[in-house]
Amino acid sequence: MNWSELATALFGADHDIRADGSLLHGTATLARQSIAVVGTTDHASIGYALALRQAEVVLATMAHHPGRAVLLLIDTQGQQLRRHDELLGINRAMAHLGCCIDLARRRGHRVIGLVYDQALSGGFITSGLIADGCYALPQAEIRVMRLPAMARVTKLPEALLAELSQANPVFAPGVDNYVAMGGVRSLWRGDLAAALRQALADTPTDDTRAVDGAQRGGRRLAADVAQAVMDAA
Amino acid sequence: MNGMNAMKPALPSRISYAECSARERLARLLDADTFHEWLPPAQRLTSPHLAQLGVPGAFDDGVAIGCARLAGHEVFVAAQEGAFMGGGVGEVHGAKLVGLFRRALRDRPRAVLLLAESGGVRLHEANAGLIAVSEVMRALLDARAAGIAVIVLIGGANGCFGGMGIVARCADHIVMSDAGRLAMSGPEVIEASHGVEEFDARDRALVWRVTGGRHRYLVGDCDQLVEDDVAAFRDAAIVALDSHRPLTLPALQDEHALLQRRLHDAGDAIDAPVMWQRLGIAQDERAPDLAVHELRALERIGEPAR
Repeated sequence: MNWSELATALFGADHDIRADGSLLHGTATLARQSIAVVGTTDHASIGYALALRQAEVVLATMAHHPGRAVLLLIDTQGQQLRRHDELLGINRAMAHLGCCIDLARRRGHRVIGLVYDQALSGGFITSGLIADGCYALPQAEIRVMRLPAMARVTKLPEALLAELSQANPVFAPGVDNYVAMGGVRSLWRGDLAAALRQALADTPTDDTRAVDGAQRGGRRLAADVAQAVMDAA
Repeated sequence: MNGMNAMKPALPSRISYAECSARERLARLLDADTFHEWLPPAQRLTSPHLAQLGVPGAFDDGVAIGCARLAGHEVFVAAQEGAFMGGGVGEVHGAKLVGLFRRALRDRPRAVLLLAESGGVRLHEANAGLIAVSEVMRALLDARAAGIAVIVLIGGANGCFGGMGIVARCADHIVMSDAGRLAMSGPEVIEASHGVEEFDARDRALVWRVTGGRHRYLVGDCDQLVEDDVAAFRDAAIVALDSHRPLTLPALQDEHALLQRRLHDAGDAIDAPVMWQRLGIAQDERAPDLAVHELRALERIGEPAR
């Protein structure tokens, strides 16, 4: 689903979301509630500049519309792989975006992430993954790295990784695996506007992902290990 | 005070931080015999995912965590072991870091020290690692929001990359050595993606110019630059105990303005000396060759947002 169809499915005509290059931004109305929308399209690679442009929308929302909910629309191929961006400090720009979203949450903005197309590692970690909760469309795709590249880096046979992908959510791309691990709260099917209303109403503000992952059986250790650190003598 | 100490040339007896293991760093950096480890290797907490791949695990999953004293103050500490999977963050490794920050929120130590050495997400448990790094980020920011200083030290041979490069920049204060590297994507990944002309990963001088402590210090991405010496890291960490800076809207607006100005001024620069020149950092032509203590005397442009 492209962003424009998505925007219509979520808000009908009640939005002014537009694309400036691969940046999406605007305001929408849902059930008489205003929502700030920011995100990316065209499988954007998130470089230093695009991270800042997203941060700017979040900062402006905090400054001018205290408490307004924020919807992050995610379609990214990951971080920009350029020397220029590394020289500028792309990690600092990404951290800045993450800190802006985090501060918005602390100041009482509900922040909901939605992976509507694809999400890869670096472009995802300081957007949807730092929201109050991240959701996805069933046809979306989430991964850290493609299997051939992963095979190269880990020096493990691609066939082995492909085989493990079938059964183990830890290796395999796919939104279902992210749901099983707690990284994605749920998939939105059918009435997307209703799903967003629901998310705005009942997404917890604290980080429940490890507990969710344990309950769903996709990530069995994280919650227990973190608790063991709390309890250690 | 410390500035004067830092001006002294390194003593011949110095111990290389880069060459120490994670536990050696903890032993030498903290007050003697004060490190108390949580979930130590004796508990044999290994990654089940590595076992499934037939890859050897480690009984601490590559990170040591616990509490200790630094100059008499109670601190919580984590040290990533670069020799194990490049310090990559897997499910257990990440959960140990999350638990440490959550415990800090409850027990209120003076600071949390993160001796970071990591390539980022451990690809062998990719999805779990990615989520784990984001959980670390949120837990770290919770601790910061509660007024606990989070201090990151970077000087290991593997640098601090990927998600951990972002985590580092979420902290209050960063200390680096000249040998340390802080960035997002490794040069190898960029070279594989856009060719050797884009980034020659074997050109070590270039790699350090773009990602190394010297560049990060001059542009203000790290707060202190030290020699590759455990004692120097200790001194810097003690100074950093007072570094807590609240994340507020004005603070983030200042940070935004600084980063925007940098983007504008740097133009299309792809090498550090050009960027320094465009940012107006003094004595740019000498900066690549100056000793660390001389470098510290230079005026820096982007003083980190305070």
